[in-house]
Amino acid sequence: MRNAFIDELVALATINTNIVLMVGDLGFSVVEPFQDQFPDRFFNAGIAEQNMMGMAAGLASEGCHVFVYSIANFPTFRCAEQIRNDVDYHKLPVTIVSVGGGLAYGNLGYSHHAIQDYALMRVMPNMLIASPGDPMEVRACMRYLTNNPGPSYLRLGKAGEKVLHKEVPIVQPGIWNCVSHSNKSSNEIILATGNGLQIASSWLELLETQAPNLYSLPLWSMGVKGLQAEQVPKNCEILYTVEDHLLDGGFSSWMIESAIGYPNFISKIYPRALSASVCSAVASQGELHRLGGLEFFK
Amino acid sequence: MANTSRQLAKRIRVDALKMVAQAQASHIGSALSIADILAVLYEDVLNFDPKDIGNKNRDRLILSKGHACVAIYAALANKNFFPAQDLESYGTNYSFLMNHISHKVPGVEFSTGSLGHGLPFGAGKALFAKKNAYQWQTFVILGDGEMDEGSNWEALMFAAHHRLNNLTAIIDYNKLQSLTTVEETLSIEPLIDKLTAFGSTVIEVDGHSHTELLLAFLQKTEKPKVIVAHTVKGKGVSFMENQVLWHYRSPNNDQLQEALQEVNNA
Repeated sequence: MRNAFIDELVALATINTNIVLMVGDLGFSVVEPFQDQFPDRFFNAGIAEQNMMGMAAGLASEGCHVFVYSIANFPTFRCAEQIRNDVDYHKLPVTIVSVGGGLAYGNLGYSHHAIQDYALMRVMPNMLIASPGDPMEVRACMRYLTNNPGPSYLRLGKAGEKVLHKEVPIVQPGIWNCVSHSNKSSNEIILATGNGLQIASSWLELLETQAPNLYSLPLWSMGVKGLQAEQVPKNCEILYTVEDHLLDGGFSSWMIESAIGYPNFISKIYPRALSASVCSAVASQGELHRLGGLEFFK
Repeated sequence: MANTSRQLAKRIRVDALKMVAQAQASHIGSALSIADILAVLYEDVLNFDPKDIGNKNRDRLILSKGHACVAIYAALANKNFFPAQDLESYGTNYSFLMNHISHKVPGVEFSTGSLGHGLPFGAGKALFAKKNAYQWQTFVILGDGEMDEGSNWEALMFAAHHRLNNLTAIIDYNKLQSLTTVEETLSIEPLIDKLTAFGSTVIEVDGHSHTELLLAFLQKTEKPKVIVAHTVKGKGVSFMENQVLWHYRSPNNDQLQEALQEVNNA
């Protein structure tokens, strides 16, 4: 995903001269293509995330679209108040990019487990969460974000994710994207966000028949909850929401909030999120997904 | 209408006192502390046009100690950014003049209220101007207690590394913070040495001397500039001066009249 990110960013920055990349002393062997091509629009802020985010807001207030790149919780929790007050409140075009979303850095320990980031970012009223599920969705999200600059959080995996879309899809905030619709008679839907799409896709590979239809939702926010209930197909009995984030404050919880006032909808939501057992456990991403309850579909 | 910085400072103090008294709001001591700094900036230093607020060539002023906002609201009203009678709405429900500085006020660049946010934001603006060779300047007014915040020191490091000599920080060094003196809370001394070691050009002034302030503002530097302005919290109203109490207390009518009389007669 990070390769698709930098590739797309370079392509977009060639056309859009407002694009700036700021890194928190991270991105070795990722960000160099941008740095080489646009040295005047690349800044390494050093290991100082509060200042980095405040400066990003300052640059954005002058018309730049600033991509702030770091990993795990560093560009979110470390500078949460700068995001809340400086970026989100002022509605400035800053895209916070975190690589290693979920448990991609499983063996690096709890400091590097980004499993509460949706919870933090989705309570910012102007913040658009972009959590692409494959490299194609990364490109789709990047195109949307640069065409619609504003406060946004781009959550990326690491590398080696499977390509699940045949082409770059068109994405819109709050709108579900069909990934596979092989079973017209199925009354079950899987709706995944971020790396949850990779997880759900791996489940479906193991199912021979009666596979649910798979959708993704890569762009979501506080403001588009109202679009959710109307997208549930009439024949849908169960809506699995899949994410590599804790249930608390995550995507599934967001969906449940969106279903308040729709009793027929809320009863269909079946969250598939990480259980709190992964907190403080240190192991590979796959092992932590097993521990957290995401290894198998059923 | 004020036409010298001394007159503007007086107008700022009068309007700030009235606003705080009417709204029964806090932080009058902090506002009086920076009245002279703001008066010199708005009268003799800043390039701005109230008829064209977003003018690209304007100088950018950021109040990082956002609780002292009444002083800037008063300065802006006196400089015709909005009608002076709007000051009467200060602190009322849904007023654009809220009790910490707000970017919804014409002429205000940035909302603050949580300390340690203004200098990084200003460094971002200065970086933008420097990279594009724009001539406008960025000024950030900070409190002394605010220097406890690590983000300010992060910003100073960045500004020095990138030689942002278009960035001026003004530290309102009135020696008092929320509960007691700065020295007793968390000493920031030796402040001048620290700022110098972080790569800034430091200028120490009497923060109530308009001449010293103006000379400091006009001085060209190779490095980011930090003006350490020695000030008196509550300056201009003798019963408020150097009193932590007036970080919080709002004057009653008798106190307001006494304060206004002293300011007007000064």
